Amino acid sequence: MGQTFAEKMLSKYSGRNVVPGEIVEVKPDIAMSHDNTAAISGTFEQLGVDKLDDPDRHVIVLDHCSPPANEKFALNHKITRIFVKKHGIKNFFDLEAGICHQVIIENGLCLPGTIMVGADSHSTTYGAFGAFGTGIGRSETAVIMATGKIWFRVPETIKIIINGEFPEGTGSKDLILKIAGEIRADGALYKAIEFAGSTIENMSVSSRIVLPNMAVELGAKIGYMEPNEATLEYLEGRAKKEFEVVVSDDDANFEKVIEFDISELEPQIAGPHTVDNVHPITEVTGTKIDEIFFGSCTNARLEDFEIVAGVMKGNKVHRDVRMLVFPASKDVFLEAMRLGYVQTLAESGAVIMNTGCGPCMGNHEGVPAEGEVVLATNNRNYRGRLGNRDSEVYLSSPLVAAHSAITGTITDPRTH
Amino acid sequence: MAVTGKVWKYGDDVNTDVIFPGKYTYTVSDPNEMAQHAMEDLDPEFAKNVKENDIIVGGKNFGCGSSREQAAVCIKMSGIGAVIAKSFSRLYFRNCINTGLPMIVSAEAVDAIENGEEITVDMDSGEITCKAGVFKFPPLPPEVKGIFDDGGLIPHTKKILGTDK
Repeated sequence: MGQTFAEKMLSKYSGRNVVPGEIVEVKPDIAMSHDNTAAISGTFEQLGVDKLDDPDRHVIVLDHCSPPANEKFALNHKITRIFVKKHGIKNFFDLEAGICHQVIIENGLCLPGTIMVGADSHSTTYGAFGAFGTGIGRSETAVIMATGKIWFRVPETIKIIINGEFPEGTGSKDLILKIAGEIRADGALYKAIEFAGSTIENMSVSSRIVLPNMAVELGAKIGYMEPNEATLEYLEGRAKKEFEVVVSDDDANFEKVIEFDISELEPQIAGPHTVDNVHPITEVTGTKIDEIFFGSCTNARLEDFEIVAGVMKGNKVHRDVRMLVFPASKDVFLEAMRLGYVQTLAESGAVIMNTGCGPCMGNHEGVPAEGEVVLATNNRNYRGRLGNRDSEVYLSSPLVAAHSAITGTITDPRTH
Repeated sequence: MAVTGKVWKYGDDVNTDVIFPGKYTYTVSDPNEMAQHAMEDLDPEFAKNVKENDIIVGGKNFGCGSSREQAAVCIKMSGIGAVIAKSFSRLYFRNCINTGLPMIVSAEAVDAIENGEEITVDMDSGEITCKAGVFKFPPLPPEVKGIFDDGGLIPHTKKILGTDK
């Protein structure tokens, strides 16, 4: 019997052949932390160890409340910078760089066939590059600093095969929302997801990232894709190390295989207050909105800017709507500026914000008032997510967000 | 170890944002202060009225969402003696182990237990006793139980490193 990607990776890193259900100890290649590094460093210091097991294993990116909204956030950043210097952590990215997952990708640190953990649930993102990427807690990150080690239960794997071409008005965000609506928020609890099929093979790097990024919204431990040609091209000259692509064996045992044909896919919306409260857009069109949040590690890359600017060119943001734009990274921002997308969006009346997570944890930069409705391109719409429990958040693709910004209501891009 | 307390029963998919809102994740660092915000966006009455050894009962996918460990710490510090759910998100499950918050998976018990009743959870015998009867639950895997028994990942690691003296 062959092995799945997850079984192969955990066998390789633990030094023995493992099957689902076993518990193994491994040393990850990369451990990422962000603004929570301040708290993690305090926990590390409690462990009674002077030095990091390997400073080069750690990547630290300040993005979750950047620039700091108040003195407490500022102190977190200061503590982090001191910790980085003290321990000689080379892969430190201060607040100008961008959102942690995007920065790691752009800097060639996200590599196929590696184990990448992050003190952030959306660390499943790394699966888009064929890595074993998953979120961990703060204490676990502190222990990795000291020992290099973490335990994992070997997960069963669910294979999701997606075939067909995206119909007009749809893209990878609509696809992952559709999947979330079908298999629900616990549909892949404790499991590895492997995304496969012609749709996945033919997708751009940016579009692919959206699916593993939101795999955690289905409960998954990892969301893996075999690197396609576009992904390997992206890594050429960018990868910081040699890597080896790891794929599931042909005769691997998948717990379940789910197939989707997307040739009839419609734009999808997740309504308040859960990611799996998904509707075809036609069921919610006309819903009045107060704010557009165009940003996040899910949908704020150059491809998304091209789509949004393409719609907004020559149009205005509706007078009852504020549109906030957060590029996923400095690189995205510079390129979007060079190509005129930033100009277009600013002219249309959007507010161009700094790169970073923006209001995605409700810390700052766009917290809604009570009773307000936000249409967001991010990955979570839990009650209070954007900082106000009495607001409502709908999730959509960047294309839907752009059309809706103009009309002031949730708008179907196919008919606008 | 057995705890007896009143049940706070909630539904499916209780997420980390309602257990411990994101806006506090980088500004509230004192565990006792975290407890004051426990369940704030789901049940504002919880933190005001919870008593030592009370028990939270949730549906499926309890603790879904963020990796934030404070969502386990705030519950533990609020006095809650155990959380019983039909299933836990993997990150919440890990964070419970790492912070020493007793967590039990038992779909049958969750269906049987009523909000507000008094129940007993015995982690050693693996039994939940409630009005509807006694429900057994399996022990944690031994590799993981060691972390939990030492009081969480940090004391466990210090013990291994020999820095706990």
